[in-house]
Amino acid sequence: MAEKFDVIVVGAGPSGNAAAYTLAKAGLSVLQIERGESPGSKNVQGAILYADALERIIPEFRDEAPLERHLIEQRMWVLDDDSYVGTTYRSENFDKPPHNRYTIIRAQFDKWFSTKVQEAGALVICETTVTNLLLDGQRVIGVQTDREGGSIYADVVILADGVNSLLARKAGFHGELKPKDVALAVKEIFFMPEETICQRFNLQGEQGVAIEMLGKITQGMIGTGFLYTNRESLTIGVGCLASDFKASGIAAYTVLEAMKAHPAIAPLLEGGEVKEYAAHLIPEGGYQAMPKIYGEGWMIVGDSGQFVNAVHREGSNLAMTTGQAAAQTIIELKTEGRAMTAKHLARYAAKLKDSFVMKDLKKYQRLPGILHKNHQFVTAYPELVNRAAHTMISVDGVDKRSKEKAIRGSFLRARSLFGLMGDAYKLWRAFE
Amino acid sequence: MIKVEEKLFQNRYRVDNGRPHISIKDADLCLYKCEAQPCTYCCPAACYTKEGDGSVVLITDGCLECGTCRVICNEHENVDWEYPRGGFGILFKFG
Repeated sequence: MAEKFDVIVVGAGPSGNAAAYTLAKAGLSVLQIERGESPGSKNVQGAILYADALERIIPEFRDEAPLERHLIEQRMWVLDDDSYVGTTYRSENFDKPPHNRYTIIRAQFDKWFSTKVQEAGALVICETTVTNLLLDGQRVIGVQTDREGGSIYADVVILADGVNSLLARKAGFHGELKPKDVALAVKEIFFMPEETICQRFNLQGEQGVAIEMLGKITQGMIGTGFLYTNRESLTIGVGCLASDFKASGIAAYTVLEAMKAHPAIAPLLEGGEVKEYAAHLIPEGGYQAMPKIYGEGWMIVGDSGQFVNAVHREGSNLAMTTGQAAAQTIIELKTEGRAMTAKHLARYAAKLKDSFVMKDLKKYQRLPGILHKNHQFVTAYPELVNRAAHTMISVDGVDKRSKEKAIRGSFLRARSLFGLMGDAYKLWRAFE
Repeated sequence: MIKVEEKLFQNRYRVDNGRPHISIKDADLCLYKCEAQPCTYCCPAACYTKEGDGSVVLITDGCLECGTCRVICNEHENVDWEYPRGGFGILFKFG
């Protein structure tokens, strides 16, 4: 006899967990299927957790969740080959609870989130890969798994299956990801004593720092690097557009190794013991690249729907918010006695349209296209800015007015007046 | 030259012996139609290697399940890409 649930959730990352938790808490029968040996074992993130999205789902999460450090300082570095120009924002206000952002280790965090999902009453099965959606015409009626007799049915299926989004693609709901719409990120985790991290980053107790990096480290490709402090480890990583990796012929691990050897970065990692190397795709196509996110008996949440704000490095919060919105839509329809048809599930898209999710994605919709055609933002400018700083700061008998003139000249030589004005306009268009 | 094998050695895997989850659909296509063979340098686990005769060999044991090989093979769509069976493949300790 085939089993039937109100809802099947595929995947136990932030979006799937947010959805399953919200649904189970409302009393719906929920089956969540995860392919990893435990929730989190297939998941990769930097990782920074933005408290707000989770707080709206589990208000008391701070008392229980495995959190590493709360961030009190954000550094932004623009790197040349052997230097960087940086800004730092550090605030005592970020040190006061309730904290706004934390570093987390996803394998631990997702496992914790899953215990909450199970406590709420959802049935969670791991080590099971969903291989296909079961369709009745255009309507999704359940899933096929790799377990024996693996057909399971539900009124609606939530696809929280991550960036590769294989299930919706196989069902013909959307096409393949384009190389220009995804970034390949690689990262390593370095373990070292807690005191060493506190000393190196000027931290006390559970305070943390995030460093975002731009410039020569990506070797001419559109991308960014990061370094985050965990309790007793650092995560360092770099991500660039897959299309740029493809065109450049440079391997991601080569970029990571060179970045780790940068004179500003190497001393921070010194003595650390590497315990894992991970790679992951990040959907960065934004608003223009988004697929259809609902249909007859199905919805897409999180990375699977390309819900990532690449400009602000936000993803897990969009994942949780979309998971929760999908769940709330289902709960409402169930209460009203309505069927899980595309017409009714459209309410999910309407909810997102009114939220920060779609407003932010829409705001930056032009940026990916502009970056694709303007690599100078990660090549010429970081170099010019660093060399300008070097010129101004070096005391060498040259008067400051002459130095300013030399710097202006270097910008004009690299980009021309029209080039500079054009770039300023492009950036304004991208961020307006 | 960076040995990615040393990086992968830190990771935990449960290999599904004899059942690779990714395969090259048509080996001749890689050999005769694909000049750049971007899979051989884009795969972050170096699962794809270019052989002396110009063919591409895929060994999925060190796969990080990112999906890059499938995405960058967009001109030829020559990668058959599935997730491993439940419980198999990379098992991230930290993620």
